[in-house]
Amino acid sequence: MTRIGELAPEFDLSDTDGDPQPFQTPAVVIFTCNHCPYALAWHDRLMDAARDYPDVHFYAINPNDAERYPRDSFEAMRERVQRDEGWPMPYLRDGTQDVARAYGAKTTPDVFVLDSGGVLRYRGAPDADHDDPSLNAGWLREALDAVLAGEEVARPETDPVGCSVKWKQ
Amino acid sequence: MTVELLWWDGCPSHPEAQAELERILREEGVEATVSSIEVADDEQARRERFPGSPTIRIDGEDVVTVPEGEPYSLTCRVYRTRDGRISPLPDPEDVRAAVRRAA
Repeated sequence: MTRIGELAPEFDLSDTDGDPQPFQTPAVVIFTCNHCPYALAWHDRLMDAARDYPDVHFYAINPNDAERYPRDSFEAMRERVQRDEGWPMPYLRDGTQDVARAYGAKTTPDVFVLDSGGVLRYRGAPDADHDDPSLNAGWLREALDAVLAGEEVARPETDPVGCSVKWKQ
Repeated sequence: MTVELLWWDGCPSHPEAQAELERILREEGVEATVSSIEVADDEQARRERFPGSPTIRIDGEDVVTVPEGEPYSLTCRVYRTRDGRISPLPDPEDVRAAVRRAA
């Protein structure tokens, strides 16, 4: 598990086209999935943030056990991205769950902000309420603004809220 | 009237679902105890015909129709509010309508 101020693990995962996506920083790493209502409720806000910060590398990673949760299969991920006519970030499959474990992801969504040196600067929820789109992923944006300005993140950690990561049994 | 709240611990929405349900029952003047039923494994999920957490049943009927073919498993249930948003909770007005139907 990575703590605030520690170097975050690099990863080498492929997107829904099967193309490997290089790990680059500064970055936002979002553990998410297809079937969780919290992940779905926050989805548009996270996509908007990715569009608004073009110099930051956003990665959506689905770590869920697809055997028990077929809606999170690679095929279902690909269909979803196609249905949406593309996402502003790659949607990556963490089939071994090693990346989720290395980051200490607990829920979908669970958001991690890394600075240009790859150090973890924020971890938690996108904002205070999945049910209020006007919050606009404010906690994530606050952290990104601080990181990009070279300042301390005022609120480096919040409780991630969502469905538990579906670990393989 | 029998009121059941089926829930799974892997989804954080059930305390809010229970509070909402009890509020609506109070507002509708219905004196009913909410039976809280924890669903703990996939076998129980199938046995209880549990499409996800939270599931609210009044007199055995789901307050929101379960789509045909929905699998029964330990998962968080996806609801649509009346204004079309995705939510981990049923729209309170759907719960209220179900209470009124059963009253």
